[in-house]
Amino acid sequence: MNPIKTFPKGGVHPEENKLSSDQPIITFEIPKQVIIPLGQCLGAPAEPIVAKGDKVKVGQLIATAKGFISANVHSSVSGTVNKIDEVMDHTGYRKPAIFIDVEGDEWLEGIDTSNTLVKDITLTSEEIIERIKQHGIVGLGGATFPTYVKLMIPKDKKAEYVIINAAECEPYLTCDNRLLLEKPYEFLVGVKVIMKAVNAPKGVVGIEVNKMDAAKMLDEIVKKDKYFEGIEIQPLKTKYPQGGEKQLIKSVTGREVPSGKLPIETGCVVVNVASTFAIYEAVQKNKPLVYRVVTVTGKSVKKPSNFLTRIGTPANMLIEAAGGLPEDTANLINGGPMMGKSVSVTTFPTIKGTSGILMLNEKDAQPRKVSNCIRCGKCMQACPMGLEPYLLNRLARQNNFEETEKHNIMDCIECGSCEFTCPANIPLADYIRYGKNKTGQLIRSRNQK
Amino acid sequence: MNQLTISGSPHVHGDLSVKKIMYLVILALMPAFAVSVYFFGFNAIRVTLISVATCVLTEFLIQKYLMKGECTIGDGSAILTGILLAFNVPSNIPWWMVVVGGIVAIGIAKMSFGGLGKNPFNPALVGRVFMLISFPVAMTTWPVPNQNFWSVDVITGPTTLGLLKEGGVNAVSNINYWDMLIGNTGGSFGEMCAMALIIGGLFLIIMKIIDWQTPFIIIATVALVSFICWRIDPTTYVNPLYHILSGGLMLGAFFMATDMVTSPMTIGGKCIFALGVGLLTIIIRLWGQYPEGMSFAILIMNAVVPLINKGFKPKRFGV
Repeated sequence: MNPIKTFPKGGVHPEENKLSSDQPIITFEIPKQVIIPLGQCLGAPAEPIVAKGDKVKVGQLIATAKGFISANVHSSVSGTVNKIDEVMDHTGYRKPAIFIDVEGDEWLEGIDTSNTLVKDITLTSEEIIERIKQHGIVGLGGATFPTYVKLMIPKDKKAEYVIINAAECEPYLTCDNRLLLEKPYEFLVGVKVIMKAVNAPKGVVGIEVNKMDAAKMLDEIVKKDKYFEGIEIQPLKTKYPQGGEKQLIKSVTGREVPSGKLPIETGCVVVNVASTFAIYEAVQKNKPLVYRVVTVTGKSVKKPSNFLTRIGTPANMLIEAAGGLPEDTANLINGGPMMGKSVSVTTFPTIKGTSGILMLNEKDAQPRKVSNCIRCGKCMQACPMGLEPYLLNRLARQNNFEETEKHNIMDCIECGSCEFTCPANIPLADYIRYGKNKTGQLIRSRNQK
Repeated sequence: MNQLTISGSPHVHGDLSVKKIMYLVILALMPAFAVSVYFFGFNAIRVTLISVATCVLTEFLIQKYLMKGECTIGDGSAILTGILLAFNVPSNIPWWMVVVGGIVAIGIAKMSFGGLGKNPFNPALVGRVFMLISFPVAMTTWPVPNQNFWSVDVITGPTTLGLLKEGGVNAVSNINYWDMLIGNTGGSFGEMCAMALIIGGLFLIIMKIIDWQTPFIIIATVALVSFICWRIDPTTYVNPLYHILSGGLMLGAFFMATDMVTSPMTIGGKCIFALGVGLLTIIIRLWGQYPEGMSFAILIMNAVVPLINKGFKPKRFGV
């Protein structure tokens, strides 16, 4: 295997707390009713094409993408559409969703539900991308960016590397780790599919060294089988945010994505592990994105678990199966502790981007006393983008968005390393997100003029 | 039913806090304190206690009655200022002078700017320099070490740097470097034991509270300049080891110049800052009026920090 690599600038090392890394993936029961939100991707929500009373099958398209940055939504169960109504989702807002009452488990014709490995990639590059688009694949690491958009390489660019983000640098989360251990062949065929789609000669699986068992296993497979030629396993230092797209490219290739540009500038396409598996199923088995692995975890959780969950399963069912919501839970998070969103209700439906359901206890979640900035500079040392978080925080508080733009607030990847490290407990990330939002508006309104 | 909080990410936090930083620095000063008590007796304890009490009380009163804000003495920074101020004065100094120094350090140098994090100058050094200018005799009358533990009226003598300033190289030709390393010489009681201060400083570097560059560059600069001068004219200038082990160099390099509030924020900036401190220190020592220049050097460089911060930005990703 290659020597361990990492990105040179910034980063932090939070407690890893991978409590469920030894728990095999359990196929979760199909609930009596699923609630499938229409807005599941970064971009415009999908538009429903079913109505109350309609019969649907597993994998059937129920809402279509609206616009370029948007993704199709499929039924994850078979049954009857109960209603299209609002539901309090993971964002804390009430948003439209399709409620489906479950009857049996009948899949749409043409979907291969068997476990046989399909290695031959018969589709062409364009067909693969079209299939990925049709089957509603989005970035399953949590950002939920429509994957097909990423795979459409501009004419004047060339993809050299397909980099698989297997860093799983978020503490607690183990869904990608388990998927690698339990479905290594499917995953690796998925990598081949992406390499064919973007016509890239090289595939690199970047994986943090706290998952050495998975890395070793994958390495053995790709070395033994000629079919996987071109794929390399790259161990990476356990450091947050190793899985940040720009950091991962830097770690693997040494190239830096220029400020304000897309990864393809460096000849790289980055896809997450769960997305790669979903791409395998979509392209090789004709299966739309109807389920994903969700890590249900927390220090006080009785049975931290990895569940293969149908999209739309209410979170509280998964929490019950993991031993119930612990008494001392203070913060319920959709995703990981560094970039996940906290949720006020346990009943929110799991979506494509739900990599984990994390229950933080009072001790870890308690708000800390904020004091004056002591100008220690630790936020700057932690920032992987080379920004000045203390300054951006101050400027954002002053609503001085001309200055935040000059100080490159738009480069911020919102990883939260600055706030994690701040000894004065200043909510840096909150104000920087606010400032970034406002600065973005300023830039857009200027461009429109 | 649990009460679920809504908060922005990140939802977990590292275990570093302002309080932890302050108490770790205080802990790192304890070896030097222990040695100073061994050599200078009860007086070292007396001065330290008075200084700490004054600093903490001053901050408490100002915060409560003038600023009408939350009590901040729990963060340990006033205690640290008190210890550093005490370490910078002779052990036989009258108690009320220490009180004046403490009030100036906290009241003027820290709280009048808005408290911790807002002060441009190192509070302990402002207090020390104020005392040096106001009470020049008391501040430069140094007890010799190893007297009766409880004695208050003590025998005094010159510091190693004072000896050099007055008598030149010949006056210090028979000095014992081992004594200088372990702190068995006259001077400000907390500054004397180079070894204990280095141990404390290394502890802070290992704990990642301070960077290694600042102390290293300060000491290296002092060593280099004094080495060049010594090679050119050994009859006028003393060897570099003598400079490294004398005066407030170790305390300043490890504990004062690394003060987060009053030093630059990037490593590049810290290096320039350290270079300035080192150069000014040795220039004052070799050619200035005062035998020792550490306090002045750090205070002067404190004033340049905002400029350094403007000039030294972190290197951006993808540019």
